[in-house]
Amino acid sequence: MSTTTVAHHEEHSDHPTGIMRWLTTTNHKDIGTMYLTFSLVMFLVGGLMVLGIRAELFRPGLQLMNPDFYNQLIGVHALIMIFAALMPAATGFANWMIPLQIGAPDMALPRLNNWGFWLLPPSAILLTLPFTLALFGIGDGALATGWTFYPPLSVQGGIGVDFAIFAVHLLGVSSVMGSINIIVTLFNMRAPGMTLMKMPMFAWGWLITAFLLVATIPVLAGAVTMLLTDRHFGTHFFDAAGGGDPIMFQHLFWFFGHPEVYILLLPVWGFIPQILQTFSRKPMYGYKAQVYSLWAIGALAVVVWAHHFFTAGMPVPALLYFMYSTMAISLPLAVLFFCWIKTMWKGSMSFETPMLFAVGWIILFGIGGLTGLVLADVAADAQYHNSYFVVAHFHYTLFAGGIMGIMAGVYYWLPKMTGHMYNEKLGKVHFWLTAISFNVTFIPQFFVGLAGMPRRIPDYALQFTEFNMISTVGAFILGLSQLLFVYNIIMCAKGGQKATDKVWEGAEGLEWTLSSPPPYHSFNEQPVIK
Amino acid sequence: MTDSQPTKQQKANKKLAIKVLYVVIGSLLFAFALVPLYDVLCSITGLNGKTDNTAATLAKAKVDNTRVVTVQFVSAVMPGLGWNFYPKQTSITLHPGQIETVIFVAKNTTSETVSGQAVPSVTPGKASSHLKKIECFCFVNQALKSGETKEMPLRFFVSPDLPDDVKEMTLSYSFFKAPDQKALN
Repeated sequence: MSTTTVAHHEEHSDHPTGIMRWLTTTNHKDIGTMYLTFSLVMFLVGGLMVLGIRAELFRPGLQLMNPDFYNQLIGVHALIMIFAALMPAATGFANWMIPLQIGAPDMALPRLNNWGFWLLPPSAILLTLPFTLALFGIGDGALATGWTFYPPLSVQGGIGVDFAIFAVHLLGVSSVMGSINIIVTLFNMRAPGMTLMKMPMFAWGWLITAFLLVATIPVLAGAVTMLLTDRHFGTHFFDAAGGGDPIMFQHLFWFFGHPEVYILLLPVWGFIPQILQTFSRKPMYGYKAQVYSLWAIGALAVVVWAHHFFTAGMPVPALLYFMYSTMAISLPLAVLFFCWIKTMWKGSMSFETPMLFAVGWIILFGIGGLTGLVLADVAADAQYHNSYFVVAHFHYTLFAGGIMGIMAGVYYWLPKMTGHMYNEKLGKVHFWLTAISFNVTFIPQFFVGLAGMPRRIPDYALQFTEFNMISTVGAFILGLSQLLFVYNIIMCAKGGQKATDKVWEGAEGLEWTLSSPPPYHSFNEQPVIK
Repeated sequence: MTDSQPTKQQKANKKLAIKVLYVVIGSLLFAFALVPLYDVLCSITGLNGKTDNTAATLAKAKVDNTRVVTVQFVSAVMPGLGWNFYPKQTSITLHPGQIETVIFVAKNTTSETVSGQAVPSVTPGKASSHLKKIECFCFVNQALKSGETKEMPLRFFVSPDLPDDVKEMTLSYSFFKAPDQKALN
């Protein structure tokens, strides 16, 4: 009896309640929950911005906003969705699930973990504050260059650019700290007997992501710092008159920017196979092939950057190199697609919400990948560059391939995290609404892009009107149906049917051996893997 | 768990974390190292049409009478500089190795003295290292008084090493407002 009292007392002492619990927590589950909640909130904020953009594009001409505000919405929408919605969601899953999946009591560096999270809210405020300041007549609003900060526009821009630069610094520091933590956790904290090649696929996806982050985020930080000194301290890194070169910024930016795409996707490629195997009730196909493919993609990711600006002017051999190396990425990716499909092949499949999202994800992400191959073609890219075709392409990879993947993960692990089952019927309605309205939104954008509608322009030629109207209607349905997602999550956190420990019949892995929800401190005694 | 002494595990974690931190610092330094590396790469490959912006020595370049090259001249004035700027002739056809002079005209239309800096670029990229400038107004800042018109010479030749398939090349000058205006005045 006395031992339980002591244990309880101990737990209570390093577990303050109320707001202090969340401010000071070093518990991986608390931090994971905070990351995921932050991500969901910012997903709605970024979504709200894009609804403003779509509303403006409902009809040609300028209706709702001036072009400058439109440009601000475009850039901040992208930065929020990438840095404040997708990346924190992946980091949230990493915090929650990596220690549970590898049988570790917590992340390796818990205090760093806390710090990593608490840098995010200030950076989100930095990004959006210029909107509010402009209302009071201070400055001329947020970053209006698009998320890519290209000079000379970004050198000439207002205080919004400075705010965004500092936000990127903070976000960068946060994700580098998260990555260091994940690398150390995966190398040092695995349960005895769990070799690297026995790690769950999600851990593999994140390990490569973390390596990409520590290698490329500092390059972005360096590039935006140079921009800052060009703006305020008289340097000429990107000023041709002073001997600099604006094109160099594009090289620096995309040296980070292209790996960033895989940073957003690799964690998803990690847990989707786990979902597929769970609901196909058979082991994952080609574990080794998948691990090697992830490595191949991680390595190729850092040598293909210039395909983002083929039209900026490059010698032909450079164009050819970047075209072929970009297309080469489709080879390991094809191996992954094959393994995902083969995992389902002849399985005893059932289609609960996570599986619906996972299967829909394969199809939609496939479209994103294939349209990427079209853009990788130098000759074709001259036509499609900066058109809506590109917008549609990267939303297939980042909304379908990123966010819908994350949603699959949310439905998959939510019962484990909360201890309650979510509303299955509502989940399915959410999936179908999301998948259909997503396509209604973005398929027309392929068409207008092929017909020559440029991106980042608030107005368009009359012949694009019908497709843009369809796209806007789709976007509003897509946005509103996310409220179902939020409602479902909140109701699931509050209560509902109790989840079993295993939750899913075919679930495999250490996280399913714990209770639902898992105890506040888990795996204090590490399990031994045979 | 409650020991204040760091455990063996914690020590190992810290050690590895510091190692990864070195990678982070390394790639930050790499980002800044890319600035000079980029310039080197551009001058080797002609990436971005960058030309050598120093005077070429009057080497005894043999004139290659067997072929001709057409060099076109393009001029632009960047925002913030109130000048007119144009070449007196829009193109010239010459033999590789043959030295020619072309006059560019600049006029300051503003009411004050302004300095400008011309930035050259050559297309196609593979021709850029073969355009040799002996004398160019782009080597230094050019200051023009209010209303002043200046004829500025460019003395150049095309190196006989120019690849055979290049029959035409374009030399473009963009005039920027000189960055360190205050220091010059």
